[in-house]
Amino acid sequence: MSSPIVRLVAQRLALGLLLLLAVSILIFAGTQILPGDVAQSILGQSATPESLANLREELGLNDPAWQRYLRWLGGVVTGDLGTALSSGQDIAQSIGGRLWNTLFLAFWAAVVSVPLAILLGLLAVRYRNGFVDKLISGLALASTSLPEFFVGYLLVFFFAVKLQWFPGISTVYDGMPFGERMMAIALPAAALTLVVLAHMMRMTRAAILNVMQSAYIETAELKGLRPFDIIRKHAFPNAVAPVINVVMLNLAFLIVGVVVIEVIFVYPGMGQYLVDHVSKRDVPVVQAVGLIFAAVYIGLNIIADIAAIVANPRLRHPR
Amino acid sequence: MPDAAAGRDRPESLLEMRKLRIEATVYPPGEDPKNITLVHDVSLTLKRGRVLGLIGESGAGKSTIGLASMGYGRGGVRITGGEVVLNGRDILRAGSSTTRKLRGREVCYVAQSAAAAFNPAHRLMDQVVEAALLHGVAGRAEAERRAVALFRKLSLPDPENIGRRFPHQVSGGQLQRVMTAMALCPEPDLIVFDEPTTALDVTTQIDVLAAIKEAIRDTRVAALYITHDLAVVAQVSDEIMVLRHGRLVEWGGTRQIIKEPRQEYTNALVSVHEISHDEQQPGGTPFLSVKNVTASYGGGLVKVLKDVSVDIFPGQTLAVVGESGSGKSTLARAITGLLPPEKGSVTFGGRKLGNRLSDRSKDDLRQLQMIYQMADVAMNPRQPVATIIGRPLEFYFGLKGAERDRRVAELLEKIEMGKGFADRYPAELSGGQKQRVCIARALAAQPRLIICDEVTSALDPLVANGILKLLLDLQKEEGVAYLFITHDLATVKSIADSIAVMYRGEVVRYGQKSKVLSPPFDAYTDLLLSSVPEMEIGWLEKAIGGRRMASAGN
Repeated sequence: MSSPIVRLVAQRLALGLLLLLAVSILIFAGTQILPGDVAQSILGQSATPESLANLREELGLNDPAWQRYLRWLGGVVTGDLGTALSSGQDIAQSIGGRLWNTLFLAFWAAVVSVPLAILLGLLAVRYRNGFVDKLISGLALASTSLPEFFVGYLLVFFFAVKLQWFPGISTVYDGMPFGERMMAIALPAAALTLVVLAHMMRMTRAAILNVMQSAYIETAELKGLRPFDIIRKHAFPNAVAPVINVVMLNLAFLIVGVVVIEVIFVYPGMGQYLVDHVSKRDVPVVQAVGLIFAAVYIGLNIIADIAAIVANPRLRHPR
Repeated sequence: MPDAAAGRDRPESLLEMRKLRIEATVYPPGEDPKNITLVHDVSLTLKRGRVLGLIGESGAGKSTIGLASMGYGRGGVRITGGEVVLNGRDILRAGSSTTRKLRGREVCYVAQSAAAAFNPAHRLMDQVVEAALLHGVAGRAEAERRAVALFRKLSLPDPENIGRRFPHQVSGGQLQRVMTAMALCPEPDLIVFDEPTTALDVTTQIDVLAAIKEAIRDTRVAALYITHDLAVVAQVSDEIMVLRHGRLVEWGGTRQIIKEPRQEYTNALVSVHEISHDEQQPGGTPFLSVKNVTASYGGGLVKVLKDVSVDIFPGQTLAVVGESGSGKSTLARAITGLLPPEKGSVTFGGRKLGNRLSDRSKDDLRQLQMIYQMADVAMNPRQPVATIIGRPLEFYFGLKGAERDRRVAELLEKIEMGKGFADRYPAELSGGQKQRVCIARALAAQPRLIICDEVTSALDPLVANGILKLLLDLQKEEGVAYLFITHDLATVKSIADSIAVMYRGEVVRYGQKSKVLSPPFDAYTDLLLSSVPEMEIGWLEKAIGGRRMASAGN
């Protein structure tokens, strides 16, 4: 392919790495500002001053902050996220399974919500300002306006308690058969879909409507294309950049913003893990999870940027 | 309707419009929406293989009528009365699936701006064959073969491969030809050409016009050719229909319309609007000299001005002519300091002006004012006329309150618009009025030089004429000099004292108007002069035959 694309993509990647580095400093600084002392919280109120001093020495807490930051960063780069204070377990190891669970849930929620949102957006444009458009927009907005815990409990009430189609608690374990796993995540995935659907649908609708004013849409009409084909074939390809952006924002939300849903459905994902350890003041875990969330966010936004660049024929095929 | 009655027998007639009435709802600012009639009971007949020219100024309803032949109303436009009979059936009574089947099959459309009418996301070939595939006229391979043959017929470069390009990779003149190929590909009975050459340079227009004419002749397709330029339509049409305010003025054979117009309005369109302007001799010393200026964009990557030198004398007009990309507007940017030249200098009143805008004093800035082609985007739509014209008065002279209002009223008087316009917003003005307000704004600074960048290009000929007359009157009263940038040689003839012809960033011919416009010509000036359409049947063939060089940007 062409050099401008390669250059732009390289720029975005470099910028992303820089951003991640800045975020790691912020996270580290933030956890340092928090009140409390790690040694104290490990040993509890009854610890003697000597044992506290010993533990501080052992954990390297007496070193200057920048040395501790570099040590932490060095560990992160080599895959060592440290050990959890509360349980003494290796963080990387315990996060592995949970990250996988979170990604699994996010993936299936995205598989349903993204195509559905885009299709609904296309339909809303096709029947714009008519009944179908208003129905789609109204329902989608209603589902977004409801708080996610409320949506979650509604789904549990109807589909788990009344109809008993799906389990109300999404327990998953290693080696669980795929079918059972899918049954388990059905309700949380549905709740997530309802939460993110409207945003993507509205953006798709707005981006396409913007393009519908163009002269080439008239050209397509005058070729005798059917209205839906005009939207799909001639309008949508020119509206992908903003749509990709909002899709990526919502994918990021599906991964990092699922805390409430995971708690409601007792789903063993990253969100629950984070909430657990925040309440236990387990600083290394909070740092590690924060960094992973930041990486996911930045990564998806880079993908959105790159996709928008690649979607532009002027950049893909220079003169 | 003299020639019309002859073509009334059914099989011969392809398109027949009877008492067509088209309406639209408009939403004037601050008023209730109201219905206006765009086309008043217009009837026309078009036989197979014939070309009918629709001409008139903007607002005449020519495009609206053209699109009605496909049963299409642009925006909120509604066809409310009459019949459109195409191939023996009334398409207005038919359902939307019938109209969809005839669009792109029986009738195809060529838009004014091909650059906007092609989808930037798809390759040209996919768009060219789309209608043929959609209507099952041909299979993909056959349609592409046909498209390549059309590309060749329309003398596009590299006809085998040009279809693989995206619209932005092809020049404007080429895109216009690709669009013609797109319209011809499904082998329709009728093509609606909607100002297909208006957006092009004269030197490019002549090539595209010749290509379209040849394609029409060889494929025996019928055409509605819409334009505001009688000289252009005279080259391609068998008959011409003159429209004004949505009403039929006159309809007749091409020769009759241009040689023996029967209506006064047609006569006004046909007669040449020469403005008599006696060339002034360069008196004394020039007050502004551009010396050996070289300038480029992208940090020296694209040289757009090469060693350009021109002089401007007090109270006189220097016209800069050339096609798009020749560096005319860049010269204006270099003079005003918007684009600092790499080499060379601009002297004003014997003193060298700073290269950069930031190096110039407020008074230097005041002395050079600009008027632009697009008057409506050169004004803040949320400011009334009084604020727009008053701004330079406040900024340069510190005028306030009643004093400022008095001066604004004076300026409105000068541009032949009354005081009543002071409170209007740009959206409430016509195109010509907007340009007048821009002229008043430039005059308000009491400059010695006004740079006019294609100021009449977007206006109808009769309105443009009024603007030119106003500019000349103001020059006599105020003694202001003009640098007049244009691609239109007729304008140059009526307003200039001296002329600089630019070609690819260089001044190829420069001097007094009478000298520049008399032979012997250099090759480029000859091309430029010979490309201006003349209201003469057969001019196109003669002009193409007599050319010494090809145009740069076709």
